[in-house]
Amino acid sequence: MLSIKDLKVSINGKKILNGFNLEVKAGEVHAIMGPNGTGKSTLASVIAGREIFEVTGGEIIYKNQNLLALAPEIRAREGIFLGFQYPVEIPGVSITNFMKTAVNEHRKYKGLAPLTATEFLALMDEKKKLVELQTKLANRSVNEGFSGGEKKKNEIFQMAMLNPDLSILDETDSGLDIDALRIVANGVNKLKTKDNASIIITHYQRLLDYIVPDFVHVMYEGRIVKSGGKELALELEEKGYDWIKKELEEKSNL
Amino acid sequence: MDTTIKDMDLKSKLISTFHENRELFYKNTPAEISALKDIAIKDFERLGFPHTKLEDWRFTNLANALSHDYSLSIKPEYQEIDIESIFLCEVPDMDTYNVVLLNGWFASKNASLSILSNGTIIGSLAKAMQTYPHLVKEHYGKYANTSKYGLDALNTAFSQDGIFIYVPDNVKVNKPVQIINVTNSEEKLFVQPRNLFIVGKNSELTIVNCDHSLNHNVKFINSLTEVFIGENATLNHYKMQNIDNNSALINSIYFHQSANSNLTTNSITLNGGLMRNNLNIALAGEHSNADLFGIYLIDSNQLVDNCTFVDHIVPNCTSNELYKGIMDDKSRGVFNGGVLVRKDAQKTQAFQSNRNILLSDDATINSKPHLEIYADDVKCSHGATVGQLDPEAMFYMRSRGISEDSARMLLMYAFANEVINKINIEVLRERIDEMVSKRLRGELSICDQCVLQCKDKAPSVFNIDMTKI
Ligand SMILES: Nc1ncnc2c1ncn2[C@@H]1O[C@H](COP(=O)(O)OP(=O)(O)OP(=O)(O)O)[C@@H](O)[C@H]1O
Ligand SMILES: [Mg+2]
Repeated sequence: MLSIKDLKVSINGKKILNGFNLEVKAGEVHAIMGPNGTGKSTLASVIAGREIFEVTGGEIIYKNQNLLALAPEIRAREGIFLGFQYPVEIPGVSITNFMKTAVNEHRKYKGLAPLTATEFLALMDEKKKLVELQTKLANRSVNEGFSGGEKKKNEIFQMAMLNPDLSILDETDSGLDIDALRIVANGVNKLKTKDNASIIITHYQRLLDYIVPDFVHVMYEGRIVKSGGKELALELEEKGYDWIKKELEEKSNL
Repeated sequence: MDTTIKDMDLKSKLISTFHENRELFYKNTPAEISALKDIAIKDFERLGFPHTKLEDWRFTNLANALSHDYSLSIKPEYQEIDIESIFLCEVPDMDTYNVVLLNGWFASKNASLSILSNGTIIGSLAKAMQTYPHLVKEHYGKYANTSKYGLDALNTAFSQDGIFIYVPDNVKVNKPVQIINVTNSEEKLFVQPRNLFIVGKNSELTIVNCDHSLNHNVKFINSLTEVFIGENATLNHYKMQNIDNNSALINSIYFHQSANSNLTTNSITLNGGLMRNNLNIALAGEHSNADLFGIYLIDSNQLVDNCTFVDHIVPNCTSNELYKGIMDDKSRGVFNGGVLVRKDAQKTQAFQSNRNILLSDDATINSKPHLEIYADDVKCSHGATVGQLDPEAMFYMRSRGISEDSARMLLMYAFANEVINKINIEVLRERIDEMVSKRLRGELSICDQCVLQCKDKAPSVFNIDMTKI
């Protein structure tokens, strides 16, 4: 589904991704872990199409297309969803209006008629339940004044509404209380099928107890330096990142 | 300079017209008002038209608008016109008392003054001067300032008609009064309507004022309105402006607020060649509150100048001001926000904010908050911002599959919506909401509500060039 090869990205001349490689197939869950500032969110933004980052090398192939040539909205309509680490507040735009526009633009892209008001509200209701999102939030402006946890729940709600093929969840677990974590993880699990895939960026192995990954990757200084199964997350939790850094140093000293 | 000579021409032309037609201007006016006119014409001779050397007029140059060879509409016209046959300004589901000014003259097929069963009087000011001189005299000329402002002087000297509204004490007027101000002429026209609204103690009134032009001929409108709001009374005042690009509109309003009174004013400017809103509020009774809201959506060479002045005269009053603008092309916005807190006005709370979005490099905004505070126990704040649409929000929306155009539209609409949301009559809010959306999509022209078939039907649209944002 997604194939990233030797991706190099910089911003204002500063190199952030440095030969990043990743293969994701339908049905898979990949977890990406790694120290602060190693480029995890940058990777997510570049996949979603954020234009401030400059791709200086490599390629991203998604569903056999050159993803980097597509506008962000086209990527979204082609099934890519980014759950933001820091969801953006948009005062004055209600979640309802925002989602209605998004859903109907997805439908238009697929050649489908827009949903009627009733159909749309029914869909909202169904998906709100999935993440136990309070009804009153839906009438508020997008993320405005939401608590950290509410913002993250709202991301998963949007994911449920748009039903993506590839979702990238950037630290969706941080800021969630134990119950919210369970709700969000359940939501993600319910949305999982053999045809879609997700990339879960997290700092805590706790989330991976709920959403069990097929692969765990460790990212460091702009690329993946170690990959393994879910037991790698446990090992990281126990030992931190130092042993990986040491391993790397030893390799480079050879 | 050529233009100056032309201004001079218009000034002297007006003055000589006044003297040649004295009997017309003084006809049926009570002695007190005639005396005001005597003073006003001298004030105008002394002050003339405002010019850019005046601090309040630095960014708004009337020279061009004053350079035309105007004709004056000085004889009563259109008394029996059926305005609905030529113009529709409907708010669906909103029942209103409708009154119309055509070229500054009260126009109606019915009586020129109506009295509702609750004692409210609505109609022609000229007629009210004859029928209820005591009511008119008590407030007429008491709030405008002819010795300071040339345009106030000019209006006071020349004005012959306008809208008069009187609400007695303890009356809640059940429906909004809608004032439709239209201009229509084959000639270049100079009109000067004069309005007087009086809201009695404990009473409540909503006014919806619509300024429209019916064609694209050059017009200069110098409108002056005085409003008295009695103790514990409430006035909601909505002003919609959708005027062609060739017109200049000066809209001066003086609100005088008594104790515990409440004023909300909302100016919605959708089109207009040159538009100057002078909004003066005197908080003259304790515990009175004024909310001033405004939104202006302009493009091409349009100019909108909101000049507001809130005078905190006594203690314990509040004022809250929010003006927002979206400007495209070479349009220019001006915001002059004056707040005066006098020495005695302790415990004043005065807040002011002016926020702008510029869609093109050539669009400009001159925003000048001006606070003068002589009391020490006050809470005041002001702020002005100029920006573009938030790129983070744009990306967030696009990442959800929303096209760039739709995302911009949602953001612009959201920006405007903060002001529109303050409109507390639901049907009116929906209607204005719809007009603003249309305006932002470039689909609203001044011809929209007009059923006249003019030959020069030049649409004046807000065609946002999406690539410029
Ligand atoms: N807009 C930007 N301008 C300048 N530098 C940036 C920008 N965005 C990211 N960076 C830099 O790129 C590097 C990678 O940032 P990124 O947000 O991708 O890290 P991360 O792995 O997601 O970290 P965290 O775990 O803290 O979320 C950091 O050094 C960061 O400061
Ligand atoms: Mg991050």
